[in-house]
Amino acid sequence: MLMQLAAIWNYLIVILLMMVGLFLVISSANLVKKLVGLSIFQTSVFLFYITLGRVSGGTAPILTDAPDTLYSNPLPHVLILTAIVVGVATTALGLALILRIKESFGSIEEDEILAAKNESAAADMAQAKPGVEA
Amino acid sequence: MMMPQTALLVGILVPLVVACLTPFLANRPLWRDAAGPLGGVATFIAALHVALAVQAGETPRLFVVQIAEGLAIDFAVTPLGAIFGLVASGLWIFAGLYSVGYMRGAKEKHQTRFAAFYAVAVHAAMAIAWSGNLLVLFIFYEILTFSTYPLVTHKESQAARDAGRLYMSILVGTSIVLLLPAVIWVWMVTGNLEFSSGGILADALDPKMAPMLLALFAFGVGKAALVPIHRWLPAAMVAPTPVSALLHAVAVVKAGVFTILTVVVYVFGIDFLSASDAATWLVWLASFTILSSSFVAITKDDIKARLAYSTISQLSYIVLGAAIASNMAVQGAAIHIVMHAAGKITLFFCAGAFYVQAHLTKISELDGQGREMPWVFAAFFIGALSIIGIPPAGGSWSKFILMVGAVDSQLYFVLAVLGLSSLLNIYYLLEPLSRGFFRSKVKEVTVESHPLVVIPPVITALLSLALFFYVDLFADLASLMVAP
Amino acid sequence: MNDGGIIAIFLQNLPVLVVVIPLLLSPVVAIITAPRLAWAISVAGVGGAFLAAILLQSITGSIGRVTYHLGNWEPPWGIEFVVDSATSLTLVIMTGLAFLATLYARASLMSEVKHTDLGKCYAAWLLASGGLFGLVATGDAFNLFVFLEISALSSVILISMGAGADRRALSAGFNYLIIGAVGATFYVIGVGFVYAITGTLNIADLAARIAEIGGNAALYAGFGFMIAGIMVKAAVFPVHIWLPAAYGYAPSAVSSLLAAIATKAALYVLARLLFTLFAGVPDITELAVTYVIVPLSLAGIFVGTVMAIYEKDIKLLLAHSSVAQIGYIALGFGLASSASVAASFVHIGNHALIKGGLFMAVGGFVAALGSRANLASFVGIGRRMPITATAFTVCGLSLAGLPLTAGFISKLYLVRAILAEDAYVITALVLLSSALSLIYLWKIIEVMWMQPATAKAPNLAENPAIYFPLWIVALANIWFGVDASWLVAASRASASALLGGGL
Repeated sequence: MLMQLAAIWNYLIVILLMMVGLFLVISSANLVKKLVGLSIFQTSVFLFYITLGRVSGGTAPILTDAPDTLYSNPLPHVLILTAIVVGVATTALGLALILRIKESFGSIEEDEILAAKNESAAADMAQAKPGVEA
Repeated sequence: MMMPQTALLVGILVPLVVACLTPFLANRPLWRDAAGPLGGVATFIAALHVALAVQAGETPRLFVVQIAEGLAIDFAVTPLGAIFGLVASGLWIFAGLYSVGYMRGAKEKHQTRFAAFYAVAVHAAMAIAWSGNLLVLFIFYEILTFSTYPLVTHKESQAARDAGRLYMSILVGTSIVLLLPAVIWVWMVTGNLEFSSGGILADALDPKMAPMLLALFAFGVGKAALVPIHRWLPAAMVAPTPVSALLHAVAVVKAGVFTILTVVVYVFGIDFLSASDAATWLVWLASFTILSSSFVAITKDDIKARLAYSTISQLSYIVLGAAIASNMAVQGAAIHIVMHAAGKITLFFCAGAFYVQAHLTKISELDGQGREMPWVFAAFFIGALSIIGIPPAGGSWSKFILMVGAVDSQLYFVLAVLGLSSLLNIYYLLEPLSRGFFRSKVKEVTVESHPLVVIPPVITALLSLALFFYVDLFADLASLMVAP
Repeated sequence: MNDGGIIAIFLQNLPVLVVVIPLLLSPVVAIITAPRLAWAISVAGVGGAFLAAILLQSITGSIGRVTYHLGNWEPPWGIEFVVDSATSLTLVIMTGLAFLATLYARASLMSEVKHTDLGKCYAAWLLASGGLFGLVATGDAFNLFVFLEISALSSVILISMGAGADRRALSAGFNYLIIGAVGATFYVIGVGFVYAITGTLNIADLAARIAEIGGNAALYAGFGFMIAGIMVKAAVFPVHIWLPAAYGYAPSAVSSLLAAIATKAALYVLARLLFTLFAGVPDITELAVTYVIVPLSLAGIFVGTVMAIYEKDIKLLLAHSSVAQIGYIALGFGLASSASVAASFVHIGNHALIKGGLFMAVGGFVAALGSRANLASFVGIGRRMPITATAFTVCGLSLAGLPLTAGFISKLYLVRAILAEDAYVITALVLLSSALSLIYLWKIIEVMWMQPATAKAPNLAENPAIYFPLWIVALANIWFGVDASWLVAASRASASALLGGGL
């Protein structure tokens, strides 16, 4: 049992990171922590792909002269390069938004933002009053 | 002599044109108010042409647009449609005149909006009458509901809005949840929705499913006001009386029973329906509606409420005729559309006349007023005779034919139902008269004379009498309806 | 590629042109500071895509299927764009509505977005449009993920632009960013599994290999992750939670664009996954549609409708109603008969028209009111802004599915398709929800037209600049309610392309 698990330790790490990341996204009220969770979650997927691309006994996929060299699969690496770029863009955009949220709500805690939003909602209704029949 | 096709187009378009012109005539009340009755005359002439063509064996047709494969907007006049077209357009003339008198007399606001939507409603009723397939019928059925909503809520009071909501939720709700799937079901099993004599379902539908489908139609057509979906009709009485008169005694409710009759005759086919025994339950339900709403009518002191329940009861005569599904019964039902329309519009006109001229809305307030408003009471008397079914008023024909139909089908209890109902009619419709003439006054009123609310009921009362003697056209059309 | 001269080359390039025209113009627009010019280029970009989509639609009508190999790499190694009848219909709907929304955007964004941001806003607009078109056109599973993220990130920017008028747009954008990224990551996990089993990423190639390999735990896991990820993007209940706030607080032009095309693209992808990519393992797809997609769609229909009934803010109300409408489309896919899939395509088109138009009209109201549009501020607005209000009412009646409007045609075909499956309970539920949807609609119409505004209510000025796109959409709602032949025929062709083995 233990041996079996040890043989797939790379996948176990992927799953662990995935769960940690997802848990952070769902459970933290702090927006920055949410974003950190998202990054961890995405990173777990990067590892997943890279681990998929490994062929047992294969070398790095750089062309050698030996005719029967066993190469690892390079394609997942290429894919993940794209995904990393996407991940960086997501994090950057998220951080930029958090800055703006901090400016206008004065907080990056979800519950405090929610309270501020409720104030805005109450203000909407009050603002609309002049149009209502007396 | 117009070509029937032209007449068909004229009959459908004239009310729409009147509706579109009305807002532009807002600053010229005379022209605006003349537009309705004039439009009524034009529409009626067109309807008469169409009816005569149908009587001669033609089927006037008008193809408008193909929506998609198997779905089209087209008009084709069935004999039954010709009858309903005559009724809706003919009574629009008088209702148009009457509503001018009523709206001015009662000093109602928003008369332009009222006139415009009134004409839209008539347009929808004409389109329903002459629809060539079930889809067109459904479309204009919905348009009729929506165009009457502003009329029902005309007073813009909270009570009117509440009644409007009930009206809409029952009529639209039943049509979407029950009628629409029924239409789609027919479309699915037959691949087309065209009306054809003898029906289109006979070979397409499993007879075991026929009661289900019929139930979807019977309850989906909320406008036919079967118990328990009748509540919108009394609620709609918050509308000004001309609305109650034309729409809730003629156009709207008749559109409902017309739909049921059309579905029975041209979609199911009476042979298929009677062979599959699918409508037996409906005979019982219609009988129950006839009697229960008559009993409720007795308890109502408000004139319009009493008339509303009487309408519910009378509508079920027509549903009953459709449900018996024999040659005779269906013809009786078709003729009852005409007779009840003429009688009931007279009664509603009178109710409005009491209100406009003397601000009387309750039967108990009518005590001793007979001599103050003799013409109105006389019209009321004739209208009541027609509804009860006593010669020489037109209503006696339809009741007689219905009874013959019931005997044909050996449904003897229906005779008892119709007899008892007539007795109840006599009680609750003649009570206002006896109070008017044989009791002493309980309320001093000053009667302001408004000829435009008195002349129309007198004319329609005479019409009810005339229909007893000149019933040939309608009888011909009714027998064509069941001809193979 | 050189046979047949310029025109033939142009036609061969159409599948990629739809996507790259908006994408390439985006950086150009980003550096332009004059808003009018930026807008004009955006109109040209989306308009070009629209033109290409129309041409594609007519080509696929005659020859069935057009492909384009990016960089001339042969599939399955290179990325391939594939356009068949279903793709081209979806593209025509999306590009058409995006074009009208772009025409509309100038007047609307001007009043709701800071002027200094306008250039960047149009850049994001083009990026979002191009990304969504790419999502539909691509024939490569991983490329699809890239387009998913391009469109998601740029949509987040667009939504957050609403912060100029209402700061709640920022948190709506952030939530969409997080939830959308989780969804996209789920999708990419799924792609990883499927790639591990099959060794390919080309959708057609994947479909063929999956059919050979058959059922297998890793494949099922991949299927689950991919479907779940796309459901997040399509806002299928219960992963729709990002949608109401996102559409509700975005600038109205953005709401109009996204409501018309964003979830539609994701729904199209959902159908592609179910009926093309995983067509080879019917056991798992049937399980998924019967026990997941159909029940969730029905739940979404009711949750969206009920939320809309209780909502007072008009944009949020419309957004909740979108959740319900997405439910109808997903339901059609879930029933997986050719009639129901065709009905879903009909509704994809009609709902894009309906919601696109409604949000355009609301944008007009918001600009005139200078505050959020809610039931209280809508009192008597019918008589104060009759032209915009009439267009709103037309689209609204279409939403409720009244006869002679586009929405009615959708309902007709959807109910017929459900009835044909003998699914009486589902029929009843759909009809009931449709009647309920009248409640929230009627609530608005009653306030708009039946209640007079007080004398104190300020005068509202209509904005003639929005008339053209708004009324085109409103009239289209009537047109497609009266003459639906083209849409119905194209939807049938789409359904048979999807279900008949597809790619």
